[in-house]
Amino acid sequence: MAAVYMSANRPENAFSTVDLVPEWAQEEVSTGTTIMAVEFDGGVVIGADSRTTTGAYIANRVTDKLTPIHDRIFCCRSGSAADTQAVADIVTYQLGFHSIELDEPPLVQTAANLFKQTCYRYREELMAGIIVAGWDKRRGGQVYTVPMGGMIVRQPVSVGGSGSSYIYGFMDSNYKPGMTKEECLHFCTQALALAMERDGSSGGVARLAAITEEGLERRVVLGNQLPKFSNA
Amino acid sequence: KMLDDSLEPGWLSEEVKTGTTIIAIEFDGGVVLGSDSRVSAGETVVNRVMNKLSLLHDKIYCALSGSAADAQTIAEMVNYQLDVHSIEVGEDPQVRSAATLVKNISYKYKEELSAHLIVAGWDKRGGGQVYVTLNGLLSRQPFAVGGSGSSYVYGFVDAEYRKAMSKEDCQQFVVNTLSLAMSRDGSSGGVAYLVTIDEKGAEEKCILGNELPTFYDQ
Repeated sequence: MAAVYMSANRPENAFSTVDLVPEWAQEEVSTGTTIMAVEFDGGVVIGADSRTTTGAYIANRVTDKLTPIHDRIFCCRSGSAADTQAVADIVTYQLGFHSIELDEPPLVQTAANLFKQTCYRYREELMAGIIVAGWDKRRGGQVYTVPMGGMIVRQPVSVGGSGSSYIYGFMDSNYKPGMTKEECLHFCTQALALAMERDGSSGGVARLAAITEEGLERRVVLGNQLPKFSNA
Repeated sequence: KMLDDSLEPGWLSEEVKTGTTIIAIEFDGGVVLGSDSRVSAGETVVNRVMNKLSLLHDKIYCALSGSAADAQTIAEMVNYQLDVHSIEVGEDPQVRSAATLVKNISYKYKEELSAHLIVAGWDKRGGGQVYVTLNGLLSRQPFAVGGSGSSYVYGFVDAEYRKAMSKEDCQQFVVNTLSLAMSRDGSSGGVAYLVTIDEKGAEEKCILGNELPTFYDQ
């Protein structure tokens, strides 16, 4: 009786094999996500949550959404996991080739524009919101955001992904120009914790990275170590 | 609706919504309610100075969001029902009663209505109280945000809210939250309306756009 009632509610699927496969196997894999990046004098701090979902199922609860594109250039991926991985692979190849031709480390602006070119050309097919951040000798720490649609803009601080909506107010009120690296890391940790608390598609651990001339420093803040803002 | 292939302006065919940011917060001895003032029909702003804090009784107000018509109608109906109820009991109604009346309408007609009202006020039995009635539930909370602009300030209110804030702290909290939401949400804007309710009564205040607090990129 219950089975008949259930399929009557979805008349288009009344007698299809769709019912034999769990719902999460039919959904696209998406990095639900909260990602962010902040410039400081001497580098950038980037951060992301670690949840990848297919519908309501969490396919990966320890995802690394901070992907290296070059030694001092990273990208933060949000949107479709497949699309962003593919685009990041393409740009990594293009940038590596360009860097060898140039015989010096590539500019962050170059990497960001490569992302833009791919994301804009294939804008109808792709679902990818990417933040490109890194350090180069010419302009120091830089953050470029390439949202869905394929525009590019440089910003001192940028957030992205489904969880970003909830932290615009926090970002506007708490970001101050001229923060140190530690202050940026603290700011990112707090912002990610707030977004992960409110967005069902974001969660897990908070992954952070600081990129400077000296190199790369990665950190993980586990779920129980995240700052708590409960008002219960 | 990217391409305008109609000869009519959008506001003739679009539903009128209070896009909105609304907020209400309890303090010891009362509540503070706040709202923006923008009413939109599609992309057009049809009223830029609407007061979305509606009186239900002397010391009970509600904040309107969602469909403007639905929200206003619910508020008017409850205002009438509360008047009758307070005469019957012979004293000021409880905030919980007002919230229950709103909830009853929201729940019964939940398929037809698309409005969310936050009810807040002061009564002698419970002091300052804030109730949410989203989708027909009834829940008391220390503070509540609602409307399209609220999404952008969840992080801010989670981080900044502390228990046992004073009346002035609550007013500042409300103004800061509204300002942040209005600068990020296209459906919220205009001026900020504040209502502070305590034992003595309700005090209304309007803060103009250029007097609102600004943040780093403004």
